[in-house]
Amino acid sequence: MDHLFRVAFGLTGVAFLAVVFILGFCLIRFRSHPGHRPLYTHGDSRLAISLTVGFAILIFLAIDVNLAIHDHWAWREAWGSPPDPALALKIEIMPEQFAWNIRYAGMDGRFRTGDDVTTINQLYVPVNRPVIVQLSSKDVIHSFFLPNLRVKMDAVPGLVTSLYFQATKTGTYDIACAEHCGFGHYRMRGFLNVLSEEEFGAWLAQEGREGPQDANWGWDWKER
Amino acid sequence: MGLGLEGKMNPTDTPPSFLRRRLFSTNHKVIAVLYLLTGIFWLAFGGLMTLLIRWQLAYPWQPIPLIGRFLFPESGGAVTPEAYPMLFTMHGGIMVFFAITPILLGALGNYTIPLEVGARDMAFPRLNMLSYWFLVVGSLILLVSFFVPGGAAGFGWTIYAPLSSSTEVTPGWGQDLFILGLALDAVSILMGGINYITTILKLRAPGLSLRRLPLTQWGLFFSAVLNTLWLPIVAAALFMVLCDRRLGTAFFVAGPLAPRAGGQVLLFQHLFWGFGHPEVYILILPVWGLVGDLLSVFSRKPAFGYKATVLSMLTITILSGVVWGHHMFTSGMNPLVGKAFMFLTIAVSVPTAIFFFNWLATLWRGSIRLTVPLLFALGIVYVFAVGGLTGLFLALQTFDVYVHDTYFVVGHFHYTLAASVLFGAFAFIYTWFPKIFGRQMDEQMGRLHFWLSFVLLNMVFSVMMFVGLHGHMRRIADATAYEFLKPIQPLNVFLGWAVLGLVASQILFFYNFFHSLKGGKPAPANPWEAGSLAWTVSSPPPWHNYEVIPQVWCGPHEYGAPGLTDRDWISQADPRAKTLGES
Amino acid sequence: MWVFIVSEIMFFTGLIGSYIVLRLGSAGWPRPGEVLNTALLGINTVVLITSSLTMALALNAAEADRPRASGKFLLATALLGCTFLAIKIYDYAHMVHQGFTISSSLFGSCYYLLTGFHALHVLSGVIVVLYLLAASRVALSSTVVGRIEYSGLYWHFIDVVWVILFAILCLV
Repeated sequence: MDHLFRVAFGLTGVAFLAVVFILGFCLIRFRSHPGHRPLYTHGDSRLAISLTVGFAILIFLAIDVNLAIHDHWAWREAWGSPPDPALALKIEIMPEQFAWNIRYAGMDGRFRTGDDVTTINQLYVPVNRPVIVQLSSKDVIHSFFLPNLRVKMDAVPGLVTSLYFQATKTGTYDIACAEHCGFGHYRMRGFLNVLSEEEFGAWLAQEGREGPQDANWGWDWKER
Repeated sequence: MGLGLEGKMNPTDTPPSFLRRRLFSTNHKVIAVLYLLTGIFWLAFGGLMTLLIRWQLAYPWQPIPLIGRFLFPESGGAVTPEAYPMLFTMHGGIMVFFAITPILLGALGNYTIPLEVGARDMAFPRLNMLSYWFLVVGSLILLVSFFVPGGAAGFGWTIYAPLSSSTEVTPGWGQDLFILGLALDAVSILMGGINYITTILKLRAPGLSLRRLPLTQWGLFFSAVLNTLWLPIVAAALFMVLCDRRLGTAFFVAGPLAPRAGGQVLLFQHLFWGFGHPEVYILILPVWGLVGDLLSVFSRKPAFGYKATVLSMLTITILSGVVWGHHMFTSGMNPLVGKAFMFLTIAVSVPTAIFFFNWLATLWRGSIRLTVPLLFALGIVYVFAVGGLTGLFLALQTFDVYVHDTYFVVGHFHYTLAASVLFGAFAFIYTWFPKIFGRQMDEQMGRLHFWLSFVLLNMVFSVMMFVGLHGHMRRIADATAYEFLKPIQPLNVFLGWAVLGLVASQILFFYNFFHSLKGGKPAPANPWEAGSLAWTVSSPPPWHNYEVIPQVWCGPHEYGAPGLTDRDWISQADPRAKTLGES
Repeated sequence: MWVFIVSEIMFFTGLIGSYIVLRLGSAGWPRPGEVLNTALLGINTVVLITSSLTMALALNAAEADRPRASGKFLLATALLGCTFLAIKIYDYAHMVHQGFTISSSLFGSCYYLLTGFHALHVLSGVIVVLYLLAASRVALSSTVVGRIEYSGLYWHFIDVVWVILFAILCLV
């Protein structure tokens, strides 16, 4: 994605500078002064038309096609290889106004079996392991946003959407809601706690031991 | 026309009594001025709201000095969490539908179309008056909505369901009034659109072929076409939201909140953006046309590539209907569909690039007169370059996943929708003020107004994009609640003061406008030495514009043609144009 | 007028398009004839198509400068429009009595929304036709003939919308 940004920034930067430069040049060079007669042309000569068409083709190839290809590469790099569901950690998130309900499958790796672990606003994930998140919503549209990882996915009531990510550094990061969801939108904050694999295993076991927790929400996990 | 309206357009008709003349008039020029004043009122209203929004973001939950106690007495003068969504919702709704639309479509369209096509009035004058009064009723409803229990609407101007469509999450009647006001405004715009299309197609003066129409009128024409096509869609969606709210249906509600299964949340977004994206072009198309005309007039050269410009407008009009999906990349859309929307969206850059090409080529080897209208036109070229190019970033599916719903989006659409369109409105007012009111605005004050607005506006919206790249979400009331946003809080403080400066510098415009109404120098019929038809009549024009419907001989941009000796321009109605050979 | 019709078409496109999406997206949609009184609505279809015919005849007579015949056909059109509305009201009342309301099911919501907006259009059409009737009584000027022509266009449009609605609500 950084590469895509650099390419887009470079291309648009060149286009922008060209516009500003020509604009400035015209303003200085072609200011009206007595005795000066402007060029009389409607720009509909054969030359002007071929220039225009050539310019359009240039823009199309240099900017449009170019950017589309780079976006394709960036997409493939970021989302092109879905993690192996057998290895990845699966998490269901069901936001409501104004909190994140988070649910783990527990030690048996299956949802709605009685040993599910649920938390509110505290998301624990192991470092360097892919995580698949499925989202829905209890009330209005929310958007699950991990700014430090640059991923975002809307949580839409009535639908299940999914995203995956992999954290590479331990620590605590922000979770934010990116879709206006009501007056508490700004404080719909969660915490992404990236733990080492051992810490995470210990946490999940500890939570699981605290007795079966049954949340009244969730859905049949489907591979998507 | 067969509708019996021509008979009412007798040039010898005397203007009727005061009330009929000023408020309940069917005269297009009076209606245009009413639109203009209404739009300016809402522009000031929506502009002042930004001060409250930026104060809250700069100094979260601090009492607002001076006026806070009156606005938010129950919280000791600070913006409350409940009030904040109302502020940005009403700011967006007011600015798009009640400030910019009345000025750029209502006033610009109503005033210039009949004059520039050489007609005595609109095709349907009574429909025109009705259209304005729908706007007034919509405006009043909007004003009332601030004072009902629960306050004004707070679901964002995009009215996303189910936040908007379920009374469990947005109970107040203010929300319904907002939707109702919008629906009435939509009907008003629709009636205007029908009028514009018919007038441009049917009431052109003899000799004024479509190829001799000024570019502004082309822009207004395409914009009206888009309105008549897409506004009804959003009107249907708005009625469905109202049914969901008050009649117990569930078109757009799903999940645990829904009274019954079957509703589809995303359907609303499809319907809304099906209109919402064309709306951007509805507002910008007349501005593009205006820029083309102004660059031509003030560089004393014919508009370069007239046909290419009109064709590009047409292309964008068509493309605008098939790009709405780029607003929904993160809503769980199939990536392949997303790719199609992405490609269609960035394809818009081709016709847009042709505009820039033609604009710059018009300036090239011209004889540039740096007047206030031209300054604003050049300002539009600059800010639209920024807005258009940053649009490319947002169109990229992969990149959008990160910046979607951040201040990058806010900065981008303020460059296109606020900066470009606002400058378009100012360019229109500074250009046409002499014609409308028969007096000239102060040139020096206009220049100062431009430079202050230009510098401050760029500061505000580019910093917005920068904080957006940092991940700053839009529509949050307090950035300091987040760890990752703490380092950029000083920029929010900066933005607060920059916006204050920007709003304050508009005082210059208001002073200039209202002072020049009475105290400006009397304007000649053609202060800019422009060639189009409107400038052949006196300033202000006679009640019914044209004593005799003019005969048109050439295009609108005949400047510096060889063979002209006494002056460097020729009017469209000047028979000498026949001998110029061109067009 | 054509411009106006186009935007009206887009309005109903929005509504009907939503209906199709909602219907495709949900399970357990009632089968044709299960809820609605197809026979009654079928009669209404016939009524409206007949009114289109009388409207066309009215225009024909007006263009041939036969004000009496034109007036008669306009009156017939308005009466047929009223009949349509009367049957519609009876239908609504009957349905609500049976517990099928706008909020009882998604199908109900769609049914009342679509037919309700259509009925409003018929009502406005009837008002326009009555106005034309009064105007043509005074004098059958070329202006009035023009207005009859455009109103006829509108009337046929309402008719076409109804046929589409009838097809997608009752038959498919």
